[in-house]
Amino acid sequence: MTQKTSRRLMLAGGLLMAATGTAHAKTLVYCSEASPEGFNPQHYTAGTTFDASSRTIYNRLVEFKSGTTEIKPALAESWEVSDDGKTYTFHLRKGVKFQTTDYFTPSREFNADDVLYSFNRQLQDDNPWHGVGSGYEYFEGMGMPDLIESVEKVDDNTVRFHLSRASAPFLSDMAMDFASILSGEYADQLMKENHPERMNQQPVGTGPFQFAGFQRDAYIRYQAHPNYWEGKSPLDRLVFSITPDASVRFQKLQANECQVMVFPNPADLEAMRNDPNINLESAEGLNVGYLSFQTEKPPFDNPKVRRALSMAVDRDAIIKSVYQGAGEKAKNPIPPTLWGYDENVKEIPYDPEQAKKLLAEAGVKDLKTQLWAMPVQRPYNPNARRMAEIIQSDWRKVGVNAEIVSYEWGEYLRRASEGEAMTGLFGWTGDNGDPDNFLNTLLSCNAARDGSNYAKWCNPEYDDIIRQAATATDQDERTKLYVQAQEIFRDQMPWLPIAHSIVYDPVRSNVTGYQVQPTGSHIFYGVDIKE
Amino acid sequence: MLLAGTDYTFAVAETPMLSFVFRKLLMLIPTLLGITLVTFTLVHLIPGDPVAIMAGERGISAERHAEVMAELGLDRPMWEQYLSFLGNLAHGDLGHSLISSNPVLDEFMSLFPATLELGFCAMLLAVCLGIPLGVIAGIKRGSIIDHTVMGTSLTGYSMPIFWWGLLLIIFFSGILGWTPVSGRLSSSYWIDTPTGFMLIDTLLSGEPGAFVDALQHLILPTVVLATIPLAVIARMTRSSILEVLGEDYIRTARAKGLSPWRIIAIHALRNAMIPVTTVIGLQIGLLFSGAILTETIFSWPGIGKWLIDAVGRRDYPSLQGGILLIALIVMMVNLIVDLLYGLINPRIRNSR
Repeated sequence: MTQKTSRRLMLAGGLLMAATGTAHAKTLVYCSEASPEGFNPQHYTAGTTFDASSRTIYNRLVEFKSGTTEIKPALAESWEVSDDGKTYTFHLRKGVKFQTTDYFTPSREFNADDVLYSFNRQLQDDNPWHGVGSGYEYFEGMGMPDLIESVEKVDDNTVRFHLSRASAPFLSDMAMDFASILSGEYADQLMKENHPERMNQQPVGTGPFQFAGFQRDAYIRYQAHPNYWEGKSPLDRLVFSITPDASVRFQKLQANECQVMVFPNPADLEAMRNDPNINLESAEGLNVGYLSFQTEKPPFDNPKVRRALSMAVDRDAIIKSVYQGAGEKAKNPIPPTLWGYDENVKEIPYDPEQAKKLLAEAGVKDLKTQLWAMPVQRPYNPNARRMAEIIQSDWRKVGVNAEIVSYEWGEYLRRASEGEAMTGLFGWTGDNGDPDNFLNTLLSCNAARDGSNYAKWCNPEYDDIIRQAATATDQDERTKLYVQAQEIFRDQMPWLPIAHSIVYDPVRSNVTGYQVQPTGSHIFYGVDIKE
Repeated sequence: MLLAGTDYTFAVAETPMLSFVFRKLLMLIPTLLGITLVTFTLVHLIPGDPVAIMAGERGISAERHAEVMAELGLDRPMWEQYLSFLGNLAHGDLGHSLISSNPVLDEFMSLFPATLELGFCAMLLAVCLGIPLGVIAGIKRGSIIDHTVMGTSLTGYSMPIFWWGLLLIIFFSGILGWTPVSGRLSSSYWIDTPTGFMLIDTLLSGEPGAFVDALQHLILPTVVLATIPLAVIARMTRSSILEVLGEDYIRTARAKGLSPWRIIAIHALRNAMIPVTTVIGLQIGLLFSGAILTETIFSWPGIGKWLIDAVGRRDYPSLQGGILLIALIVMMVNLIVDLLYGLINPRIRNSR
């Protein structure tokens, strides 16, 4: 058959498909892990919810380039930062259409009012929308209410953010899920109908897929947004098939009941590699799993003791048996994929003899302590219990007796933030690809007071550097500062960084264009299925 | 609804059966009150709180935490929260989910049909298979059939549901490819689900093949959920039949020369059914706990999975409301079982 005739046949086939209608719509099924908590990403912090809402239905002013944490223009075509770093002016893209659904027909295109609506409802306590839904945990958690003073509409296609201080990570923050742009016109309609809660149930956005139905714990259905500003998705339909158990997801993938699945069991990875119908896509994760020491309480207020206990841990064994090889030994609190990573920091050696010596020098004998193990499985720590057992036995070799302790997850975090965890396993997955999101969020003095610095480590010199880096706008300068910060960290060792895990997304081999995201999100725009 | 019955006290008191039903219904009120108290206490005894869980690794400052707790009304004293829960309950309001902010009753009603459909099929299978197997094992006591039935049912009874479900999936869906892995319907069908019962909805949709597809999806979860009740019913029927077969009236019937099948079907089985009915009623209550696991393995969108999520997220209103509704259903089932005794055995009916 010549190429020409085969192309003609394909064309005819395409027409036939169009004629027979939706029965042959190109559908991709994604086996997700849980039901989304809702469809307005402003209210939530869970990746599962974002995959189902912000990353399918909505866009943001700026977004991460697929597969990276680099910023690219999205609903804002371009932007300017004032010299003092306190004013950001965004020029909005023209001709962006909102989705038309059974419940909403837009009469206008995207403009500055939508941006104002989306931010002001989170920012202003007296906004009529502020009290709708279950709070704005992410927005508040990222410190936005203190940072953003106001959002100003300059004209229909220009908005200006006024900040209370210069903040280098601000642009990265604007690519985060809570910064998704909702429709102001839809909001007005819902208010008029007296059903504001529907914003969270029947979403409307500008994104590549539009909402077509949700049955809790069963499925979410999407249709391609036909007028999507980047061009219609090659997939006509996208279905999230909600499948909580990882083994069952793998079975579904093998049976071609879904084409992409989330969170494989580490134990299944080998079988997936060997299956000709499955491609095991992977990326280095934007995360870190670590062991923190309570630096306020003796003996862990002594850096020598922290160093000794760190040296006593055989992390190669942990990576082999806990991460099943799918992890990289860490030496810094930030992963190597992030800019600002300090290559030159010395490795932390595994040296039990030296550890014993250091402990003797510090005058620590017969140390008894607690070792906290998280009760949940996370990408940065697939099995904290097992990890704790390995550390426990390593420590016993240097004369330290650790008792493994665990609590229910919420309780675990609460007690740890009150400084109860003498030594404990924790971890973090980056939100926005800015080193500030690790080095400040997890190790600053502020974080020691407010919660996520579980080591309670507050080093004035380190804190000063981190604060300078957050306000500097030049990236080279920031890199230099972050490298300094990592050196102080290495010297003081409030944690033993354990590993950066690799993120795996198993996909059927006929799926093209799928990219694993380092932030652990799942993006289906640009994905296609070979027939 | 229940209170509205008060006006009819005198009218119904005249017929013993109705007064029996009425007394039972009246008894439901204190029982339900007790259940609300127990549920409320247990739910709030779970360590942790919804705000801390929501914040996760990110952490939350003590002030912000207190603020959100106050917004959710969780900072009030326990007794006050309990009373307001009861007050809303009296108006038929079970509250709103802390996570999705949807009314709890709506969420429950949208998920319950899936559980009911699965539970009904499982119970049907357990009863239709369990009783005959038990009868045969009882009659052929000591035979190979008896040993096989009893041995298998003991295995079934002790089967860890999670493991059993996965095993069936791997064998029937993975290796043989006979059944779909999980869910209620293939993703290629985009049908509406007005009733929530997939077998009905697929018929209503008129999509060719959808009904068969839904039926195929039901097979494995039904078998898994039916396993334990099936085993219990079979064993109970057997021992009950054995007991009845030793009674004098069976000997009399045999002496009269009645056919063995007539003796079993009319004389023995009917009398043996009383304990079996009790067990079936109890199994329906236990079915809910089995449903939690079965629904998780088979990604079945029912209330079991929903409750587990609510526990994980400390969604107090969903938990309180959900458990209360389930308790109500279980009590209604027990009431029906009580009534069935009367139908099966006139002596019980008349003694009341």
